[in-house]
Amino acid sequence: MDAPLVPLPASPREKLRLALTVNGEPRDVVVESWKTLLEVLREDLLLTGTKHGCELGECGACAVILDGELALSCLVAAVECQGREVTTVEGLRDGPELHPLQAAFADHGAAQCGYCTPGMLVAARWLLDRKPDASREEIAEALSGQLCRCTGYLQIYEAVESAGRVLRGEPASPPRLPAVHGGGGDGA
Amino acid sequence: MAREPGGGPFGAVGKPLRRVDARGKVTGETRFADDLALPGMLFMKLVRSTVPHARILSVDAGRALALEGVRAVLTGADFPVPFGILPVSQDEHALCTDKVRFVGDPVAAVVAQDELLAEEAARLVSVRYEPLATIASPEEALAHPEPRIHDYGDGGNVHKAVGFDFGDVPAALAGSDRVFEDLFFYQGNTHLALEQHATLAYLDPDGLLTIASSTQTPHYLHRAAAKVLGLPPGRLRILAPPQGGGFGGKTDPFNHEIVAAKAALVTGRPVKIALTREEVFYCHRGRHPVLMRMRTGVGKDGSITGHSLETLLDGGAYGSYGVASTFYTGALETVTYRMPRYRFRGCRTFTNKPPCGPKRGHGTPQPRFGLEVHVDKICEQLGRDPAEWRIANAVAPQTLTANWMKVRTIGLVRCLEAVVAASGWKERFRKLPRGRGLGIASSAYMCGAGLPIYFNDMPHSGVQLLLDRGGGVTAFCGSAEVGQGADNVLAVLVAEVLGLLPGDVKVVTGDTALTPVDLGSYSSRVTLMMGNAAVEAAGRARERLAAAAAERLEVPVERVAFGGGRVFDASDPSRGLAFSEAVQRAEAAGGTVGTVGSYRPPPPPSRYKGGGVGPSPAYSYSAAVVEVEVDEATGQVRVVKVWVAHDIGRALNPVLVRGQVEGSVYMGLGEALMEEQSFRRLPPRLSGALVHQAPSMLEYKSPATLDMPEVETILVEEPEPNGPFGAKEVGQGPLLPIPPAVANAVYDAVRVRVDEVPVTPEKVLAALKSAGRRFGPDSFPAVPWPEALVVPPPGEGGDGSAVNEPRREKARPARRAEAAKP
Amino acid sequence: MMRLPRFRYLAPRSLAEAAAALADLGPEAAPLAGGTDLLPNMKRRQQTPATVVGLRGVPELRARSGDPGRGLTLGAMAHLSDLERDPALAAWPALPRAASLVATPPLRNMATLGGNLCLDTRCSYYDQTHEWRESIGFCMKKDGDVCWVAPGSDRCWAVSSSDTAPVLCALGAEVTLVSKAGERRIPVADLFADDGIRHLSRRPDEILAAVHLPPAAPGERQSYQKLRRRGSFDFPVLGVAARVRLSGGGAVESARIFVSGAGSRPQEARAAGDFLVGRRLGEEDVVREAAGLVAKVAKPMQNTDFGLSWRKQVAREYAARALRELAAAG
Repeated sequence: MDAPLVPLPASPREKLRLALTVNGEPRDVVVESWKTLLEVLREDLLLTGTKHGCELGECGACAVILDGELALSCLVAAVECQGREVTTVEGLRDGPELHPLQAAFADHGAAQCGYCTPGMLVAARWLLDRKPDASREEIAEALSGQLCRCTGYLQIYEAVESAGRVLRGEPASPPRLPAVHGGGGDGA
Repeated sequence: MAREPGGGPFGAVGKPLRRVDARGKVTGETRFADDLALPGMLFMKLVRSTVPHARILSVDAGRALALEGVRAVLTGADFPVPFGILPVSQDEHALCTDKVRFVGDPVAAVVAQDELLAEEAARLVSVRYEPLATIASPEEALAHPEPRIHDYGDGGNVHKAVGFDFGDVPAALAGSDRVFEDLFFYQGNTHLALEQHATLAYLDPDGLLTIASSTQTPHYLHRAAAKVLGLPPGRLRILAPPQGGGFGGKTDPFNHEIVAAKAALVTGRPVKIALTREEVFYCHRGRHPVLMRMRTGVGKDGSITGHSLETLLDGGAYGSYGVASTFYTGALETVTYRMPRYRFRGCRTFTNKPPCGPKRGHGTPQPRFGLEVHVDKICEQLGRDPAEWRIANAVAPQTLTANWMKVRTIGLVRCLEAVVAASGWKERFRKLPRGRGLGIASSAYMCGAGLPIYFNDMPHSGVQLLLDRGGGVTAFCGSAEVGQGADNVLAVLVAEVLGLLPGDVKVVTGDTALTPVDLGSYSSRVTLMMGNAAVEAAGRARERLAAAAAERLEVPVERVAFGGGRVFDASDPSRGLAFSEAVQRAEAAGGTVGTVGSYRPPPPPSRYKGGGVGPSPAYSYSAAVVEVEVDEATGQVRVVKVWVAHDIGRALNPVLVRGQVEGSVYMGLGEALMEEQSFRRLPPRLSGALVHQAPSMLEYKSPATLDMPEVETILVEEPEPNGPFGAKEVGQGPLLPIPPAVANAVYDAVRVRVDEVPVTPEKVLAALKSAGRRFGPDSFPAVPWPEALVVPPPGEGGDGSAVNEPRREKARPARRAEAAKP
Repeated sequence: MMRLPRFRYLAPRSLAEAAAALADLGPEAAPLAGGTDLLPNMKRRQQTPATVVGLRGVPELRARSGDPGRGLTLGAMAHLSDLERDPALAAWPALPRAASLVATPPLRNMATLGGNLCLDTRCSYYDQTHEWRESIGFCMKKDGDVCWVAPGSDRCWAVSSSDTAPVLCALGAEVTLVSKAGERRIPVADLFADDGIRHLSRRPDEILAAVHLPPAAPGERQSYQKLRRRGSFDFPVLGVAARVRLSGGGAVESARIFVSGAGSRPQEARAAGDFLVGRRLGEEDVVREAAGLVAKVAKPMQNTDFGLSWRKQVAREYAARALRELAAAG
C-alpha cells in the first residue's frame, strides 16, 4: 500500500511538503498542490532530462517510470507522488557508463534531435525490465505512446533490440547500414 | 586545399560512428532552450488574438498589472518597427499594432513571477476589437480584394503573383503528339517538431542582451531582433541551443523571441517563454496548401515537349518566406525529367490563418506530388512502365534546364534502378492481387540555396578552428543543430582532414558572439556549405601542421600525411609526430594555430528576376517505391513497405544518413496519409470564427510506431564535386517521392486516383464510389497572372535573362559565365 | 507549458471519507482517479474544480473478488493495463481487448476502469483550450449556451468515447455507486444518458466504486472492434462491442451489441441483437443483415476525427467485423 498521503492544505496558496524517491535518492520538495510531477522534476529538482511536447498526454515526451510502471509525468499530480519511486532518464545509468539502452540509442542513430529520446528510453527500459527478449512487434507496441518526428522509429527498434541482447549477456548488434551503390568516381 | 580523405588508419568520412553529440541526447543532459533557467527568471505569456481579422481598438492591461507578482505588460505600442524573414516582406510586428490577422496573432505580453500567474494575468488583459470580414481560402482572397489583409503585395489579397515562359509552351503543346492535363491539391500540414519553441532572454553580466532560443537561423534572428529593438547587432547575442526538431518550423524570427528580449530589457530580469503546443500551431510556417494545374505535351516517343504548371498558394496571414515559397513551387519542376520548354505561373494569397512558410522540402513537395502522379497517369495512357519512362527521360548530368537551373551530378537513374530492383517492380507492378499495389516516384532537392536571403557578397558559411597545444581542436560555426547532425558533420569533416576522429573535435555552434556566421539550418545547406567552409579551414590548419612536420621529419611537405592522430611521412609511416606535437611545432614556427574557412556558392546561371530561387551548388535525387494495401470496404490504406534510394553523393556517416532518409520517409507518409492543418469556420450569421480545427498533438495526426511500415534504404554514392568529399544533402529530399508514390500505389491497388494529399480513407472510398474513379480538385480559379517574364531556354539561345525585363545590373559576369559552362 | 489551474487537494483514506468529502463539497469538487481525463480537461480549463478529491489512497477501490463461475467484481481503480494483462479476465475477452486498445501504454498504466467509464464526453468544439473556445464562442457544455455541432439544438452532442463502456454494456455488467447516503448497484447501461453534458446518471456526490462482471456462461462469445485513425493514441470514432450466447447446436440464443463513439452514450443495437437470435453467425448474409441493423444506431455527428458521411458508411463494415470476429472466436 502507498505511503501516507500529505495532510490537507488549508488554502489554495499553501504549499505541500512532498517526499519521494527520484532515481534512487530520497528528495524532499515543497510544492503547490496544482503542480504536476513533470513540473516538479524539471523546475524544483532541476532534472530537465524529462521533456514535454504537449503537457496533455498526447506525445509521450514526459514519460517516467513511476513505481515500476511507465507513466506520463505531465498527467500526474505531484501531490500524488508522496512516498513513490520515480525513475527518469537521468536515473538510467549509475555512474559514468551509459546504460545499454543509452549506448545502443547512441550507436544506432536512435536519437536524432534527442527530444523524444528520454521518454523513449524510459519506455524501452520499462519494456526490457519486463521482457528483455521483446520482439519487434512488442517493442513497437510498448513504444506506441511515444511520438518521434525525426527517425521513423526503425533505428529506435534496432537500438532496443541491440540493448536487449546486451542485457541478456549477448554482444551488441552493430548499427544496420543502408546498402550503398557506389562506384561513381571520386568527388575530390 | 586538402580535400582528399585523410587516409589514415581511422578515417572519419563514411564511418558509422556514434555522433559527437549523442551522449548528451541519450543521458538527457543536452540542454534545449526550455531547459535553460537563470536565477530571478520571470515568465512571459502572450495574449493572442481570439478573432481572425480585426482592428484593435484598445488594449487594457489594468487588471493584469494589478495582480501581485505581475511585472510588466507589453503591447504593440512597444514594437513600432516591423520585421520579417524576407527583405520584401517586413510585415510582422512583435506584437500587433493596429490589426490582428488570424486567431493566435499576439497582441500583448504579460511578464510575471511564475508561468501560471502570467497565464492568469494574460486572461485579464482586455482587448477590444472591431471585426473585419475574413478571408479563409485563396479562392476567397481572389474574389475579395477587400478588406485587404495587408496593404502591400500584388494587389488585393494577392501577396505575390509571378509568371515565366521558358520557351513557347503553347506552341510546344500544339505540336505535341498528346497533351495531358491534371489538377492536384496538396493540403497544408505542419512540422510538429516535438520540442515546442522556447526562448530565454537576459542581460548577461557584461550588459549584453542575450536571446537563447530554439531557432534554426540564429543569424536571421540576430538581424531581426536588432532591427526591432533598435540595438546595434554588436550589443545583441543570439544563442541557438540544440533543438528538438525543426523541419523548417524554427527558421523565421518569431514574435515571442523579440518580445522576450524586450521584456528582459524592460524588467532587467531574465525572461523565459515556452510556447504551448497550441501556440506552436499558431507560429506554423508550415507547408502551404497548394492547388495545381499541370499541362504536359508529349512526343511520339513519350518524351515531354513542354510543360505548364500553375500553382495557387494559401499563404496565411503573413509573408514569412512566402515569396520564396511561391517561386519554389515552380523552380525544381525541371531538374528531374527532360523538359525543353516550361511555363510557370505562381500566386500566393493572404488568408486569415497562421502564416505558411518553409517545411521540409519548402514549396517543392506539392508540385512534386502533382508531377509524379501526372507522369504516372501519362505513362498509363501511353502504355509505358512508369519506372522505365522515368529512367528514359531523366535529365542528363551537366544539364542546364529550361529555367536555367544547373544540374551537375545526378544519381536519379541509379536511384530508380535501385528501387525497381529491390522492390521486385518488374515482376509485381500491375500484377498484384486487387487491393495490393505498388507506386513509384522520384524527386530532386537542393543542397543549399544558391543565394542568401538578403543580397550581399559575403560567405554563406564560415568556420573557425582553434588548435590547442595539447592536440585538441575546436571548430566554431554559426550553424544550428536542429537534430539533423550538423554538429557531427562539422566534426567529421575537420577530423577527416586532420587525420583525427570526430570525437577529437570539440564543436561550438549557434552563438553569434563566438561563432562566424552561418546562414542557418534551412534549404539543406549545412552539409555542403558549412562542410566546404570546414574543409577549407581544416585544410589551412593542415598546411601549417604539415609545414612544421615536414621540417621536423626532414621530408618535402607533399610527403606529409595525417591519420590516426599522427602526422607522418607517407613514404615511411613509422616516422612521424603525434598530432599535438605537430600543433606545438606549428605554433612555435608561426604563432597560435587558428584558421578560418568560408564558403560561397557559385553564382547561378539564371539571370532573370526570380531566378535566384532554385539554383543550388548541387541537387540530390531520390526515388521510392511504396507498396500499399487498400481496404475497398472502407478506403483505408495501409503502407506495407517502402523502398527508397537517395543520391547522397557521399555519405559522411551512413547511420545518420539512413536516419535522415527514413525520417523523411516517415514525414512523407504522414503527409501522404493523415497530416492536415485544417481550419474551421462557422456560419457567419452565428459566429465570425475562423479557427485552427485541432491545434493539438492528439488531433493533428502524426504517425506513431504502429503506423510506420518497414523501410529499405539504399544510398547511391555519386560524389558531387561541389560537395565536401562529394557529399550532398539528405535532410529533405527523400520526403519528396513518398506522397506521390503512395497515391500511385493506391491506383495500382484499386484503380482509383486520389489527386489530393492527404490520401485519406474518406477520399479513397469516395473515389471508389464515383463514376470517374477519382477524387480531387475539379477547377482552378481565374488568377490575375502578371505579364510573364520571357526567358528563352538554353537550347533556344539567350543568356539566362528575360527578354522583356529591363536589363538588370549583372554582378560578376565572369563568374556567371563560368558557372554556366557545362 | 500548459499548467493546471489552482486547486485544493484532498486525500481521503477510505471510501466513506471520499464520499463524505464529495457530499460536503458538492459540485465544486471532482474525484481524481488516474488523471488521464480530468487533468487534461483542467489544463484546458474545461473543468476547474476548486477541490480535487484524490482516490489513490482509497483501498476499497482496488479490491477484487469473485471468479468466472460466480462473476467478478473489479475495483474501479483497476488500471486498464492490469485488465489487459489479467489471466482472470480470460472469460470476458472483450474487456481486456477493449482496455488494450485505449490510448497508449503509459496512459493505460495510469487510467482506471472507473475513469474510462466516467470519461467525459468528447467533442472537437469542446476539447480545446479556454482561448480556442473563446475564439469560437463558448459552447453549452462549458461557459456558453450553443451547441456548435448542431446550432439549432437545445442539447449537447458531445460523444461517448470510452472503449470499455460499450463492452461492459454488452456484457451486462453492473456498477456500484457509493455516496454518503448509501450505495446503489445499477447496470452499466443505465450509467449513461443520451446527453453530452449530463452523460452519466452518477450524481456528483457519488463515486463509481466497483464494476461487476456477470458469470461467463458456456457458449458465450465476445468481440470489440475499434475504428480510429492511428494504431494508438486515438479515441474511438466508432466502437462496436458484441456478446452472444450460442446454443449447443451453434444457433444464437441471445445477443447484445453496443456501439460507442457515435452518440452521447453507448447505443444498443437491439434490432440487430433480436435479429441474430436463432440464427447462425457463420453465415455471411446473416452477418451483413445484422451489421446493417447495427449501423442504423450509429448516428455520428461532425464532431470527431474523420468525415461524418464516411463514418456512417463504414459503421456497417465495422459491425460486420465485430460479428465475424464472434463467429471466428469459437
